[in-house]
Amino acid sequence: MAEFLQLFVNGLAVGCIYGLVALGFVLIYKAGEVVNFAQGELVMLGAFVAFTFVVQFGLNYWVGLALAMVTMAIFGGLLDMIVVRRIIGQPQFSTVMLTIGIGVVMRSAAAMVWGPETRSLPTPFDAATFRFGGVVLSAVYLSILATTALLGLILFGFFRFSRVGTAMQAASQNQLAAYCMGIPVKRMLSGVWALSAAVATIAGVLLAPINLIDTNLGAVGLKAFAAAVIGGFGSIPGAVLGGILIGLIDLFSGVYLPQGFKDIASYIVLLVVLVVCPQGLFGAVGRKKV
Amino acid sequence: MGNLMEVRNIETYYGPTMAIRGASFDVPQGEIVTILGANGAGKTTILKTISGIMDPQKGSVSYQGREIQKMDPDRVVGLGISLVPEGRELFPFLSVRDNLKVGAYTRRDHAAVASDIERIFEYFPSLRERAGRPAGMLSGGEQQMVAIGRALMARPKMILLDEPSLGLSPKLVKEIFEIIVRINRENGTTIVLVEQNANVALQVAHRGYILELGRIVMADTGAALLQKDDVREFYLGIKDQGVRGVRRWKKRKTWR
Repeated sequence: MAEFLQLFVNGLAVGCIYGLVALGFVLIYKAGEVVNFAQGELVMLGAFVAFTFVVQFGLNYWVGLALAMVTMAIFGGLLDMIVVRRIIGQPQFSTVMLTIGIGVVMRSAAAMVWGPETRSLPTPFDAATFRFGGVVLSAVYLSILATTALLGLILFGFFRFSRVGTAMQAASQNQLAAYCMGIPVKRMLSGVWALSAAVATIAGVLLAPINLIDTNLGAVGLKAFAAAVIGGFGSIPGAVLGGILIGLIDLFSGVYLPQGFKDIASYIVLLVVLVVCPQGLFGAVGRKKV
Repeated sequence: MGNLMEVRNIETYYGPTMAIRGASFDVPQGEIVTILGANGAGKTTILKTISGIMDPQKGSVSYQGREIQKMDPDRVVGLGISLVPEGRELFPFLSVRDNLKVGAYTRRDHAAVASDIERIFEYFPSLRERAGRPAGMLSGGEQQMVAIGRALMARPKMILLDEPSLGLSPKLVKEIFEIIVRINRENGTTIVLVEQNANVALQVAHRGYILELGRIVMADTGAALLQKDDVREFYLGIKDQGVRGVRRWKKRKTWR
């Protein structure tokens, strides 16, 4: 039982990270109908930038994290303004190629700047552990859960109650009408990219103590993509829940299933979900009328 | 009163297709102006050109003495021109109230925005009960009301209405047009109305233009247009009967 609970908590934490990365996919997809295959690389880059601020510049962890988020948000916004915007209106295929290409460029650039070795990012939670019955909770995992919950609340409040958040939703639901209402749609799109890059940075920093930072950190994007699809690709709570589901499957299959299932279990679930319920578990109920 | 807007010789293209072939017309301050025409005459294109969604290749649109033909739509809204697009174009997953709030995006005075939402509910009482519902779940008539309300939220000097009667029952069309007249009377808002339903449009309009294949072919007051033979025949569907009760000729348009 204790082992089960332990796995559950750890799976939840890993799943939250997948969920955050999936959230980045969904935000960009909803706003601009672009599937950003470089989302995993944004996570990797975010982690490296945070590493630079915290370890190389020796800043306080929180200051470094905040600076990394701002830097990455600016980077994400510029990426949209300078590169991605030019491809809007082109066939879907070209946006796929473009974002995959951006991912490759980012990975190589990171290898050039930070080198191929694996780095670790010390966090304030490293040593502490708590004990509840037989379950050992490390503060790292708890911090992941808390951050995800907090971020979810902040994003919910932002989209639900703030003027800019509502305008972003409007722009993603009907671009033409949003334009006619005086919403600067292009700036909103860049804003969504910035937001998504900032969320990716948080995911990268949270992932750092578990996975260490290297240029292959972007591989988390693949699992997160599966999470986003399971969640319905377009639903924000769906993305987080899909991520949690994948995280749990990951850990449990590693322990309870024969060797090797860990790597494929989540994709098997993905296929089953797609066959049984093609809109994903939390797909939008009402379809967008055009 | 002078002209709020003057459109001069605009030519607008969809790729190689010329949709507007040099149309010119005036919109006097405080009046309801209607532009009538068949399918594909270019009515919607004219509104898109004015509101900045499309740019004309030639010609000018001057509004309060300022040329606006190359401006982006978000700037045009800021000048006080709101478009109610064809087919409503609401934000389907936002609530009715949020749709109205987004309409006021260009404004900064939050207190006044709240009181304006109340005013819209007064114009369209049936929206009040639906304020929290997603706009995509409303009926067609209610959606049209939201679309008009949303345009009003920007406190425009001029509203461009693109086929507000589209897909509505005659009773609803009457209601919507009563509101349009009321908005025009109470606030002095200038209205440009594009319609297929010539009869209703000409009854409320001070002035009418008839658009055919991208050109303005006739201009007069609304009342006078209602009496013109050509308009009666081709837009209102009222045919004069021949002496023997059978028409043996095919009438041709006099402007051809």
